[in-house]
Amino acid sequence: MADQDLIGQRPLNQLPRRVFDGFGLHNRGLSPFLAPRSAEELAAIFVRASELGTTVCFRGNGRSYGDAAINPGGLVLDMRHFNKVLAWDPETGVLDAEPGLTIQQLWQHSLPHGWWPPVVPGTSFPTLGGCLSMNIHGKNHYKMGGIGDHVQEIDVVTPAGEQHTLSRQSRPEFFHAVISGFGMLGAITRVRIKLKRVYGGHLRVAQWAVPDLKAQFDAFQDAARSDYFVSWVDCIGAGAVGRGQIHRASYTQEGEDPLGLASMTTEGQSLPKTMMGVPMPLVPTVLKIFYSSNFGVGITNEVKYRASEFGSTSDFYQSHAGFHFLLDQMPGFRNAYEPGGFLQFQPFVPAEHAEHVFSEILRVSKSRGLVSYLGVLKRYRPDDFLLSHALDGYSMALDYPITRANRVPLWAMLHELAELVLEAGGKFYPAKDCLLKPAHFRRAFGQEAISTFRTLRAECDPNRILRTSWAARVGVDDPE
Amino acid sequence: MFQTAIVIGASSGIGEQIVRKLAARGTKVAAVARRMDRLQDIASDWPDLVLPYAHDVMDYESAPALYEQMLQDLGGKLDLFIYNAGVMPTVEEGEWNWDKDRLMLEVNLLGAVRWINLVGGTMEAARHGTLVGVSSVAGDRGRRGSPVYTVSKAGLTAHMEAMRNRLDRYGVKVVTAKPGPVRTDMTAGMKLPLMIEAHEAAEGILSLAESGTGSGYVPKTWAPIMNVIQLVPSFIFRKTNI
Repeated sequence: MADQDLIGQRPLNQLPRRVFDGFGLHNRGLSPFLAPRSAEELAAIFVRASELGTTVCFRGNGRSYGDAAINPGGLVLDMRHFNKVLAWDPETGVLDAEPGLTIQQLWQHSLPHGWWPPVVPGTSFPTLGGCLSMNIHGKNHYKMGGIGDHVQEIDVVTPAGEQHTLSRQSRPEFFHAVISGFGMLGAITRVRIKLKRVYGGHLRVAQWAVPDLKAQFDAFQDAARSDYFVSWVDCIGAGAVGRGQIHRASYTQEGEDPLGLASMTTEGQSLPKTMMGVPMPLVPTVLKIFYSSNFGVGITNEVKYRASEFGSTSDFYQSHAGFHFLLDQMPGFRNAYEPGGFLQFQPFVPAEHAEHVFSEILRVSKSRGLVSYLGVLKRYRPDDFLLSHALDGYSMALDYPITRANRVPLWAMLHELAELVLEAGGKFYPAKDCLLKPAHFRRAFGQEAISTFRTLRAECDPNRILRTSWAARVGVDDPE
Repeated sequence: MFQTAIVIGASSGIGEQIVRKLAARGTKVAAVARRMDRLQDIASDWPDLVLPYAHDVMDYESAPALYEQMLQDLGGKLDLFIYNAGVMPTVEEGEWNWDKDRLMLEVNLLGAVRWINLVGGTMEAARHGTLVGVSSVAGDRGRRGSPVYTVSKAGLTAHMEAMRNRLDRYGVKVVTAKPGPVRTDMTAGMKLPLMIEAHEAAEGILSLAESGTGSGYVPKTWAPIMNVIQLVPSFIFRKTNI
């Protein structure tokens, strides 16, 4: 209630403010913020924001890499108070929750009953609301789709003052636009999601080295036989372009898990204690030393690749959390990129062009001395969401460090490479992007889908108070 | 070289001299003080470079809107911010005056905190800027002659150090300037050691601002003196008239 009073009585510029950043540390914005606690407070804030003529941006746990959850000058709504599990049926694995619940809180709630979120990102810290807004994917998109494919129903409160319950039966076109709609149609206030039955706290994992990009793609031909499939790509090393390491994992069968039910608890989800011999808490500090130059990254990649060549060749068991959430074990990971931060360039390319486009990206990056410090290759299938980044193909996520010196040439290069991706029929992902322009946005998502989205926006947000830096940059509300 | 600046407490004394010196170097300065007539006198000498704004630093509520206006008038970019507003009413031996005590805390300290709260956020987000607090040698010890004045300056010195520690990692420069006695309206009629003129103090403060993050005395002569004074044990210090 306090927040409602705050915005009711005080001018916007008297509210507490803070600097919100993107996970890549590059995008920032100073904003007044409020942390509503109920749908009624949200509705009141929408009304007041319209009166004040200010814009509003939803923010969960701030895990979008670029500018998708910042809104310099406008209001930011911290949605993390909406973090309750509203209903849970351990028989069917169907869970109702508020949007501020994190993936971590979700699995910690469900795993003891034998259920795991069917789709999880590479970190467990994002909120459900953020995950739906971006329709996040995991290392199993080719098999399970994005998180939206497992959502049965959502409640949405719009700035127009309406509350909707949406599903595949009730206004499906609206349902498919809110999920993947990057928070521009309204606030999700309830999510009903169907979880995946698991019979143990571990995955059966295998990993092996692959000598070049072609071998990476060859390996992915077998992806369908595993529940998860992902690979690390060395973008800098002395070896062939695109060498790396494949990781595949599958759920255990009933009775197979070596620790049985004991592993299906928060405590049972053991996490790696070291990375390449370095204790996890020290990894960001050590990385920072190597990440100060391309040469240093070359060394770490060489060591990593050689280690993967001599690493285990047979299957082993790893906890779900350990397999999925490597980055969470070293919370200061992004600080290795200070002070300039980093960006993630993640093109999605149809299968028939992926190898060519990705090898060009690696080649051009290397020839200009603007190399990605980390590359991750994943496989996708198309889905039904309106502004979907998914397609029948691959994505390569590339982490580029940003410095004062490389800022201009890096943007120029990535804009060139974005052309290559779009010519091949590729797409991009709002949760990662920090450089798309309106023309890129139109080509990636299609004029028809964008027009449909704008029509819904006119209905949900007639005064256009919802705004993020990302949406403004790509021209979501530009006239056609 | 600072292209844009805001100076709070700009109508007379050190602040006026800072504004004049910045304008002489081509900096566009938003000059803030209560006395608009005096600001307009200064602005008439530098019509394109000095923008006058009437404001009482104790009017905390109106600061955000004024700040937004000034940022806009300066073209959206702020290179330098100097908080120079300060008062030092005479507090006699045996005088216990809440009005004077409160006034010093509000103008010298709370006003500074209000403005730095606004400017600090902008500079942190922009990863750019120089934030200057004009404190005083008086803040280095609690003195019997001006108890709450020393509190206000000690508070400002500590706040500037905290800002330095908070903002250094973002490339924002934070400067604490600690002048000794300066001949201004505030010190009129007082006999104080090592007294300098306001334009000399302004020069010293700007020179600290240009040299970047840190804390310094104006003039530098005060450094060894204050180092010694800070070492004087309390049981001796209380016997002195410092």
